[in-house]
Amino acid sequence: MIETILDISAEKLIESGIQTIYMLGWSLFFGTLLGIPLGLTLVLTRKGGIKSNQVIYFITNGIVNLVRSVPFIILLVFIAPFTKFLVGTRIGTKAAIVPLVFYIAPYLARLIESSLLEVKPGIIEAAKAMGASTFEIIRYFLIPEAKASLVLALTTGSIGLLGATAMAGTIGGGGIGDLALTYGYQKFNNALMLATVIILILFVQLIQGIGNAIAKKLRTHQ
Amino acid sequence: MIKIQEADKVFQTKNGAVHALDHVSLEVEKGDIFGVIGYSGAGKSTLIRLVNRLETPDTGKVFIDGVDLSALNEKELRKQRKEIGMVFQQFNLLENQTVFHNIAIPLLLEHSDKSVINKRVQELLSFVELENKSDVYVSQLSGGQKQRIGIARALATNPKILLCDEATSALDPKTTESILQLLQKINKELGITILLITHEMNVIKKICNKVAVMKEGKVIEQGETIKVFSKPQEAMTKDFVRTVINSEIPETIVEQIHPDAPVVKLTFFGENATQALVSKINKEFDVNTTILFASVNELQGTILGIIILQLQGEKAETDRAYSFLQTQDVEVERIVIAHD
Repeated sequence: MIETILDISAEKLIESGIQTIYMLGWSLFFGTLLGIPLGLTLVLTRKGGIKSNQVIYFITNGIVNLVRSVPFIILLVFIAPFTKFLVGTRIGTKAAIVPLVFYIAPYLARLIESSLLEVKPGIIEAAKAMGASTFEIIRYFLIPEAKASLVLALTTGSIGLLGATAMAGTIGGGGIGDLALTYGYQKFNNALMLATVIILILFVQLIQGIGNAIAKKLRTHQ
Repeated sequence: MIKIQEADKVFQTKNGAVHALDHVSLEVEKGDIFGVIGYSGAGKSTLIRLVNRLETPDTGKVFIDGVDLSALNEKELRKQRKEIGMVFQQFNLLENQTVFHNIAIPLLLEHSDKSVINKRVQELLSFVELENKSDVYVSQLSGGQKQRIGIARALATNPKILLCDEATSALDPKTTESILQLLQKINKELGITILLITHEMNVIKKICNKVAVMKEGKVIEQGETIKVFSKPQEAMTKDFVRTVINSEIPETIVEQIHPDAPVVKLTFFGENATQALVSKINKEFDVNTTILFASVNELQGTILGIIILQLQGEKAETDRAYSFLQTQDVEVERIVIAHD
């Protein structure tokens, strides 16, 4: 059925889907791991922050801006030597994760920064008045209070990341987006193009739906 | 207990330097409910934040029980802050957490045992009369209830000082009343010293035994509430007192006042036999007294009475009556009535 309409095997389609999820999952994981401390650093060291430090803020802010200003497709090839150093190869799904992390971490850092900045300054003041240390302020006040907003930030980040995985095909990353470009676009297979677009739409709907549901649950406790 | 010595603080803003605190000194003694009143921008918020070092003075010192706050390191400061509770105008609770969790936070910061936390939170909830709200989310509470939770949270670690930053300013009059009663209960039953800032004279009148009036970063007047209320010195203090204690002769009566006869304002405390005083004047001196205005106010259990009299008669007699009043146990003030 799939073979006749789309002109590729069902296995190929499923494999691409799994590659997308694989790239998305790992790069989101590592990206968050980097993005949270970056976002926190931006919030804590900014002027008027709990640990206001102009030098650290200037450097972090600069790095985030710098990486974010490189288009992903260029980032992909630009950091290839680093990718090779890190995972031993420049191509393949695994290799695609490295530039994806570079792409998403500063983006998440910005999203996390704005989520954390939504926390009312009064809450931080109350925390300080209670004698909370910086770590305790983050642990007991900042993150719990920004939880729902952080979930939405991660949702937005994931969707941005999904778009970037399509370009990972350039270095043989595979995935749904790659399928659309190599099999759909280059072979004039319009049915496949359409199918991949629909799959990507479903992916986005699914991610956004889950994100919204979790955020709503955190906000309304239902 | 709290001693602020010559505290001075200047903030640099886009519109130039703001002198938030201009050599402010004040002393809060153990057991006081000390109120600082002033309009917004008077420097009250900065002043109250000196006490837990959320703000530091540019010059001057702050002592808590003789300990110089500026000498404390980070760790010592955090320990000191746990002995000072603070409640806020906007409550500053974690809105998406339960009441229980909010009150438990200061105890979690002390790494208390779960059973200790449970017991303490229940105690505090019953103290603020919200026993059944433990599992409710803060976002579902009314303003008054939120402030009670804010107070319970501030009391969790058994502080010796409670700082109230406009704690009732976001509340309606009835709720304000109940929160003020709660603060009084905290002061009396738990022996906690309270320093509060407010722009409502009603708050001072209801619960403060001492008051300081702030204007443009300076304390312009301070002392026992009853003294400041009965004899305000500065124009701004008079304005504030007027908002809660009326001592103005009604317009229609002003028009009827005999222009030459002296008008006297008598202010008395406690069970002063003013009626007897008035009749004594009538008997002993050849004067007629007319009461133009009278009011009785209660300030923390003390009666503050104000009577405005007109003394009519021969000048020699009214002068004698006036001199006599000055020898009595009342504050006497000559009032000049301006006719249009």
